[in-house]
Formats: sequence, structure tokens, C-alpha cells
Amino acid sequence: MALPDTEIDIETPVVVPPARKRPWLSPLNQRRWRNFKKNRRAMWSLIIFCVLFGLSLLAEFIANDKPILVKHNGEYFMPIFNFYPETVFGGDLPLEAQYQYEDISCLIISGGVIDCYDDPEGILAEIEDTGTALGEQIDKGWMIWPIIPYRFDTIVDIQGAAPSAPDENNWLGTDDTKRDVLARVIYGFRLSIFFTLIVTVIASAIGIVAGAVQGYFGGWVDLVFQRILEIWSSTPSLYVIIIMFAIFGRSFWMLVFLTVLFGWPSLVGVVRAEFLRARNFEYVRAARALGVSNATIMFRHMLPNAMVATVTLLPFIITGTISTLAGLDFLGYGLPSSAPSLGEMTLQAKQNLQAPWLGFTAFFTFAIMLSLLVFIFEGVRDAFDPRKTFA
Amino acid sequence: MSAVLQVRDLNVSFRQDGAESHAVKNVSFEIARGETVALVGESGSGKSVTALSTVSLLPDSASITGSINYEGAEMVGADEAELRRVRGNDISFIFQEPMTSLNPLHTLEKQLAESILLHQGLTGAAARARILELLNKVGINEPEKRLSSYPHQLSGGQRQRVMIAMALANGPDLLIADEPTTALDVTIQAQILELLAELKKAEGMSMLFITHDLGIVNRFADRVYVMKDGEIVESGETKALFANPRHPYTQTLLSAESTGVPDPVDGNAEVIAETDALRIWFPIQRGLLRRTVGHIKAVNAASLTVRAGETVGVVGESGSGKTTLALAMMRLIGSEGPVIFMGRDIQGLTSKALRPLRSDMQIVFQDPFGSLSPRMTVEEIIAEGLSIHQIDPTRDKREIVAEIMVEVGLDPETMHRYPHEFSGGQRQRIAIARAMVLRPKLVVLDEPTSALDMTVQVQIVELLRNLQKKYGLAYLFISHDLKVVRALSHKVIVMKRGDVVEQGDAAQIFDNPQTDYTRELMAAAFDVKSVG
Repeated sequence: MALPDTEIDIETPVVVPPARKRPWLSPLNQRRWRNFKKNRRAMWSLIIFCVLFGLSLLAEFIANDKPILVKHNGEYFMPIFNFYPETVFGGDLPLEAQYQYEDISCLIISGGVIDCYDDPEGILAEIEDTGTALGEQIDKGWMIWPIIPYRFDTIVDIQGAAPSAPDENNWLGTDDTKRDVLARVIYGFRLSIFFTLIVTVIASAIGIVAGAVQGYFGGWVDLVFQRILEIWSSTPSLYVIIIMFAIFGRSFWMLVFLTVLFGWPSLVGVVRAEFLRARNFEYVRAARALGVSNATIMFRHMLPNAMVATVTLLPFIITGTISTLAGLDFLGYGLPSSAPSLGEMTLQAKQNLQAPWLGFTAFFTFAIMLSLLVFIFEGVRDAFDPRKTFA
Repeated sequence: MSAVLQVRDLNVSFRQDGAESHAVKNVSFEIARGETVALVGESGSGKSVTALSTVSLLPDSASITGSINYEGAEMVGADEAELRRVRGNDISFIFQEPMTSLNPLHTLEKQLAESILLHQGLTGAAARARILELLNKVGINEPEKRLSSYPHQLSGGQRQRVMIAMALANGPDLLIADEPTTALDVTIQAQILELLAELKKAEGMSMLFITHDLGIVNRFADRVYVMKDGEIVESGETKALFANPRHPYTQTLLSAESTGVPDPVDGNAEVIAETDALRIWFPIQRGLLRRTVGHIKAVNAASLTVRAGETVGVVGESGSGKTTLALAMMRLIGSEGPVIFMGRDIQGLTSKALRPLRSDMQIVFQDPFGSLSPRMTVEEIIAEGLSIHQIDPTRDKREIVAEIMVEVGLDPETMHRYPHEFSGGQRQRIAIARAMVLRPKLVVLDEPTSALDMTVQVQIVELLRNLQKKYGLAYLFISHDLKVVRALSHKVIVMKRGDVVEQGDAAQIFDNPQTDYTRELMAAAFDVKSVG
């Protein structure tokens, strides 16, 4: 709504209005946020996704093979944060206590009765019944376990052939090395999202800067850069990843590096186009006439206006990165085999068709994760559309 | 008198973010057969919305109430099929911008054939014959050769002629022309208006003419409706209304014209900027090795001198090199030949070496919507130059910004707002404030008034004059609007296709033009608008 065209009396003394703190969101972004909130599907997807991601951030407290809190002889221990050898609990090995074994839990509860190594069940039963161990009064200890007492790499100690079906202990069954599937899903979800966020942020930053420089300066810079990009994007990245892994070994950060290395050109095109368009805008010319430096013009004047195209493309990059990670894992060229990988679970599902819980879990995890992201970004894109009005 | 179109109590409102804004309020008018009716008003008064609502061409966010009766059929709430039959067949449109209203990827023949096929079912030779007839009618030379041309191969005036041909293709009863000449040069404007008048008579059409230009209305329309803020404030026969406007708004509109001449300046005042045979040629490069095969000659040998307190007006039609000359003076594009600024040749200086000089030379652009960064507040926009040039670094920037805002006639309380919250005239004031806050010696004004309504134009011209008087500014004023140039300039340069055809004192050029081209320009600018 335009303000009325009023003349100001020039004779009155100038009153400087008090400095106003800039709101956290500019009015434009406030409008976008309102539009986003009106899209119920996107809003709910965002809420659900935040809850899921928030929970997966606390994965150590939800699925772990160490108890959250231990009371032993009147003292409290937090094994998730600290390393405690068995000797702390009265055992005789200087290695980390294996809390899930009965003899260790017997040691902790009984306050370090050494006979726990021989007959843990008997002693535990006695403590349960009488409150004494081998007839002696003890300071009874306890352990608080996470809901799922397995980490993503815990080998579950149960009978039967390796992928084992869901039961009351392993709610989604185990995989072909007897690791709890639910624990792996929780950690795998977190890892996928982390990987994607890191890769997207770094690749977008590089892509935006590269696109901005090309579009702003144009001419030879643009011409040379475009040819380099063409060569770069036609490099067979899969081979490079395989070779690099063969030389340096597989690791999370190596994979991040390589994915960024081949992922950044995807944004260059749109950002370059936006800058090519914007560089002849009059407000850019006006800034040049003011003597504003090139870097400032690019990032203060032009970038905010080029962001719409960038934001529209981001969902494709994010979902694409998740799929890339899953694809590499599925092929066996991704993360180290011990890492909680959803792609690896898909591979196992393919190899173990007799264990459908693997396939279903992998499918639903991907379907839910990607759908939520797609719905969220659909809402974001609509909120950025200036022509769309929301009643 | 049978009415072709009858509009009763039309209300149009737009919804956005839950808020409703009324663009058109209780508008009633009618157009009789064979009559030309003009809808006049400034931008934002709801003229175009009214016209578009007649055949429901508004976006989905608009809601229309009231009654629009076309030849007895109700258009409000009519179904798509009915509307489509009327659109382009019985009611045709001509829009303002001939650049964008033709599809750039289709030839003329294809564009014209589409509408003929759709509404008349003509194909092949019959369609071709009809197209040639239409192109002849709208005055396109050698239409056979033009059939396979693309829109970019035509000039602005020719494109508008093609648009008119498309509008006429199905023999409409009513032609709605939405600012059909605003984007055209004055000499072309006159031709297009004559063409429309002739065609209207020959075809016996009715016409709804939407414009902000009262000169055209006076010459053209039988009856006038004056719109302001979505309402019709006055209506009547053109002659009667112009002779005796009753509503104060109509009176303001009619008297809104930049008049007067600037105060004379001392002929020995300090020379601020000077060029000698400035040449700007853009090379045309072809082939693998980018050999230069020719040049686009934007400006040939322009020599000018601007003194302190003096305005040099540069006039000419679009494509004559006016803006290019201005950008070269500002060193925003490359050129050949010396550019002497404050006694120093600045030709060939790097952008870094130029930076200290930038505070002395500033530019105000034509488009007040495009020249302000939409993501910055007014305070940020105006203050940006202050920190670069370290102007009064000891003072509070907000104080300086508030002062300059008052000086250009803006309320300093609005400094937290964003450009889109201001009207066109206010935005142009912001752009002027941004330039003036640096206390420049030379200001290049590139069509600063042409995107503004007449009443606002007058205010801006007045503001520019006052600022010049107060600070002894040198202006290089570029415009195709000769009235504004006359009101502001001491000296005038007339340009045509990159050449300076005439230059000298303003009074001499306006009263006694020496070349044919200048005479033609003067005739088009002052006669069309004052015929009455």
C-alpha cells in the first residue's frame, strides 16, 4: 500500500526518529512465513520432521548399549559420556564395562560382589528376593537403560539365523549381522540428514559464489568458467569416489568432501542467470554510481534478490544428496560398513528377500523422510511465490 | 442511443494476506455504438482494472460484483466459454507495451492467423489474404515481406500497428485501448493515434480509451470519465468537461503541466563537466576469434559543457543514444574521447581511482521502481553512499538521512520502510535523496519524470529546480518529454541515432529550431497535446 504523496514543510526543524531495531525477519520474510504457515500440509510436515530430527539428535539416549545413568555403591555414573573400565564396578578387566552382559549388571547392582562372574543369575535373584548378596548386606545399585538397549553397531546376542524377525526385544528385527534395525534406522536417519545438511550448505555456498562471480563480471570470466564447469561436470564422479576411497580409505568426511566436490556446480547455473539479469538493473547501476565496491554490490544488493531462484532449487539438491548417499551405500561405495547407513540396509534387504522387515523398514524410512522434505519445500517455494495469494 | 457496453455499480477488490483492497468502487459507465469513451486518471486509479474486468481477465485473487452488460449479455459470472467467445472477437484489447504483448517466437503471420482461425475458422490462402488486408489497413509497408518477420525485427511503432491489426482481425464491436501510445516516441504516438481514429471511423467500432494523457483525450474522445482512487469523480462530454472542469481533481489534472523556464545562470560559472567529441561505439564481434566486424554507433562525437548551476537538456527519441551518453559521462560504460570533470580528465581511470570522484557526480534513473534495491530500507539506501565517501563521519548518519529526506519532501518518520511502500513520486524523491546526500557537483538525470504521473512530475521538476538553485548544481537532464526539458534546461542538445543534430540555448532551440528533425519533434510534442 503506497503512502499518500504529501508535501513536507521544509521550514520545521528536522526531527530524527528514534533508531528502530530491525525486526528479525524483514516484512517480506514475515509475509512468506505467514504464507508458509497457512499451508497446513507443509507446516505439519515441518513439525513432524523437526520432532523426528530432534529425536534422532538424541539417538544416544534412545538407542544405546550403555545405560543412561548408573548407581553403584551410592555413586552415580553416566556411561554415555564417560569411559568406565570394569574395575570401577569391582570387576577385574581394565576394559570398558559391557553393561548389557548379566555379570556386569550383577556387579553394578550388587556393589561389586566378585562371585557375579560365576553365578550372576543366582546373585541377582537373591538381591531381588532378600536385598542381600551371598548373605551380606549390600548398597543396592541400579541402571536406567534407553528405550532401545542397542547401538547401531551392537551385535544382539540371540539365538537363530541372522536376519531375525521382529520380536519384543528387536521391534523391527535385526539385520544380517544381528544388529538391531530400529537402532540403525534412528542413527541412519540422523546421519543422512547431517550429511545432506553439511553437503548442501557447503556446496550451495561455493555454487552461489561461483555463479555470482560469473554472472556479475560476465565476459571472459564467464566464458572461461563455463568451459571449466562443463569439463568438471562431465567428470565421472563415481570412478573418482571409488579411486579416492581405495587410496585414502572410506570415511564420512572423505565422502562429504567428494560429494561437495562434484555437487557444487548444480546451483551455479541459476545464480549466474539471476546475476546476469540483475547486473543491468538500475539499482545496481545506482550502487555503482555511488562507488560501492563490486563485492558489496554482489552480496548486499544482488544476492538477496537472487535467493528466490536458489531457494526453489534447494529441495532438489537436498533430496538429491540423500539419494546420492543412499545410492553409494547401496552399491557398497559409500560410508564404512560399520556406519548406520540406510542405503546399506536397502542392499541387505535386496540380498535377504526372505526377511521382508528389512525392505519395508528401508522403504518406509526413505518414503517418509523424502516426502516430509518434499512437502516442506513445496510450501517454501509457494511462500516465495509473489503471485500466489493466501486467503 | 444503444449502448454496446453498460457497466453498473462495478466493484473490484483484491485479497491478499487476509486484507482486502478495493481497486474499483461503484463505477458505472456506458459506451454507445460508434462512440469513443476515455477513462482518465493517474496510475493506481483503477482504470486498467475496470477495463480488464469487462471480460473477466483479472487474476483469481480479484472478486467482482455489480453488473457488466455487453449487448444484453451479462458478463459478471458468465462461464468461460461465453467469455472466450466475446474476448478477442467482440471485444478486443490493445495493451501498453508492444514489446511484451507479442510472442517473440512467432512470426507475424502465425500470430495473426491464430486469432483468425480461432474465431473465424479461416485457414490457408483465405487467412493469408485476410492478414494482408489487415496489415495494409494498419499501415504496414510491404506486408507480404513482413509476414515472416519476428517481433524483434520491427520497431516499437510497427509492433503497436501489428497489435492493432490483431485487435481488428475479427471485426470487434468494442476496442479497449489500454495506454496504447504511452511506450512510444512522440512522433510515433501521433501516427498511431491518427490510425486509431481512422480505423474507428471506417469500421464503426466503439472504443474505450484508457490513458493518463489529457492531450490525447481532448483530441480523441467523445466523452470522458475521470477516475481517482477507484471512483469516477467526474464525467461528461469532452469539450464541456475540458472547458469547465468542476471536480477539484479534474482541475488539478488539467493544470498539471511543467511550465516556466529556469532562472538564467552566469555564463562564466565554473565548468563542471566537459566532453570533446565523445564517441561510444559498441563493437560487433563475429566468429571464433571474435574479430570486430563493425560497430553499433551509439554516440558519435558529442561535445558538451555543463557549468555550475546550469542544466543541459538532452532530447531525442528512443535509441538516439541519450542514456548511453549519460552513462559514459558517469564512467559507467566505456567511451572514447576526453571526459573532463572538475578540470581533470577522467577518461580511462580505473574504478578504484574514480571512487573518490563518485561523490561529486551522481545519477538519478528513470524507473523509480527499479532503481531502489527492494530489500533495503530507505535509511539504508540513502545512507549507503555516506560511509563509502566518509561524508561528515563524525555526525550521526540517521541525522543526515533525516535532513536530506526533509529536503526532498519526505517524512523522516518513514525511513524504516521499504521502497515498495512508497508511491512512484516518493520513490523518485528517495532516489534524488540518495544522490543529493553526497552533495554532488554534477547530477545526471536520466528521464527522472517520465515514469511519473503528470501531477507528480510537476512536483519533481519543482524540487529539482529548488535544489539546483540552493546548491548551484549542474544537471545533465535527459528526457524525451520536451515540456519538462523546456521547464528545466538552459541549454539543449538534440540527438538522433547517435548524432547531435542541433545544440544551443534552450530558448533558441524551442523558439527557432534550425533542423527539420527538431521541428518535427517540436510539432509532435507541442501540437498533438494542445490541439483542442
